[in-house]
Amino acid sequence: MSSPRSWRHYPQRYRYEAAVCTKCGKVHFPPRLICDACKGREFTTKTMARTGKILTHTIVRVGPSNFADQSPFAVAVVEMDDGPRITCQVADWNQGQLTIGQKVRLEFRKIYDEGASGIINYGYKAVPI
Amino acid sequence: MTVGIVGYGAHLPRHRIKVEEIAKVWGADAPSYKKGLELREKSVPAPDQDVITLAVEAARNALARAQIGAQEIGAVYVGSESHPYAVKPTGTVVAEAIGAVPNCHCADFEFACKAGSEAMFVCTGLVKSGYIKYGLAIGADTSQGAPGDALEYSASAGAAAYIMGSENLVATIDLQHSFMTDTPDFWRREYQHYPQHAGRYTGEPAYFKHTLGASKALLEKSGMKPADFDFAVFHQPNGKFPMRVGKMLGFKREQLETGWLVPLLGNTYSGASPLGLTAILDIAKPGNKIFMCSYGSGSGSDAFILTVTDRIREAQDRAVKTRKLLDENKIYLEYGEYAKFRKKILKAE
Repeated sequence: MSSPRSWRHYPQRYRYEAAVCTKCGKVHFPPRLICDACKGREFTTKTMARTGKILTHTIVRVGPSNFADQSPFAVAVVEMDDGPRITCQVADWNQGQLTIGQKVRLEFRKIYDEGASGIINYGYKAVPI
Repeated sequence: MTVGIVGYGAHLPRHRIKVEEIAKVWGADAPSYKKGLELREKSVPAPDQDVITLAVEAARNALARAQIGAQEIGAVYVGSESHPYAVKPTGTVVAEAIGAVPNCHCADFEFACKAGSEAMFVCTGLVKSGYIKYGLAIGADTSQGAPGDALEYSASAGAAAYIMGSENLVATIDLQHSFMTDTPDFWRREYQHYPQHAGRYTGEPAYFKHTLGASKALLEKSGMKPADFDFAVFHQPNGKFPMRVGKMLGFKREQLETGWLVPLLGNTYSGASPLGLTAILDIAKPGNKIFMCSYGSGSGSDAFILTVTDRIREAQDRAVKTRKLLDENKIYLEYGEYAKFRKKILKAE
């Protein structure tokens, strides 16, 4: 991902800013232009609570080139306490913690860097609590 | 104007390595290192953790305790000797992540292990002058120790964050004093991965001279004596130095133990004495008096006298406590994993 594209995602990746449909109240993360529940087009911004639970998970053993040094790594679909479901890496898990229903909190982590001299991209990963 | 701490927070990596694990690789005698340095294990940052990520998490905990909006923060200062970029501020990422941008002054501080207390010192001054309403001061490091060097047993990672202000304080900062000279005891030149140090010279003419100098000057300025304090915390490069300097000043072991994290944490450099202070604030009671003195090679010390206020009771449980971070969810590493985490293994391009 290029630096400008990463920069455009700061509100979501850094601050977990979701869009709440003003018509039906559905919380979208990342934000959408049109609500998929009621087709509403007006939204307010809400900072999501950082906690949720693992719905499903897997281990990626052969990661893409930017993630090769991190392999094998865990990826999970996490249902946030505010409703949205997100896909993200799971960090710092102990034996027995990578399970369906495990409570997690989003932590600010390095996602990958663009080589030794490139920009460092930050975002969220789920950490078991 | 009374100024002080509105909110505070800590963050530590979950990974640890024991002294025995490092010693066995280098053929060193673990019991003598453990006794000599009074260290048992140290924290290790995961490959996806750096000063920025640790600082952001500590700042979020400080905001939770301060109960203020991030937009009210007028300055973000991050002190560290392991900023991820040589050119590009750590503070801008931290400010963006907590939502303090754009009307905010920002700078990265460096002064070996006292860069965090420097940030606290400057924020306190800016609040006192009325220039800003709140200032965020962070001490954070993912410190480097060369393979086989004595520093490898102690160089660890962690972050402490303080929001300084003048209202709703959890502790007032009653007095502060700085003491510094040009003392070449520890340094890292540009483009060098690991620091160099001057062995035993880092003791008497460096750590002890400056810690004693700042502490004695502040005690004299305040008219207080060590017995007047409930807690004291000093920079902790190993387990021995802070206990020894505390006793030299007249503090007792009971006053020093709460903020003495180093035996299980290692030396978190810019985070060291600020992290010790978070552990003290976690259990402090209104009216308690706290003495803190940092040390940074090069060399200098910042000393502070704090008084805990009634608001501490409502703030303590709003975020995770430092001892919980230190004692729970630990993941122990073998040396090979540690070497990979700390990028001590060179791979073919």
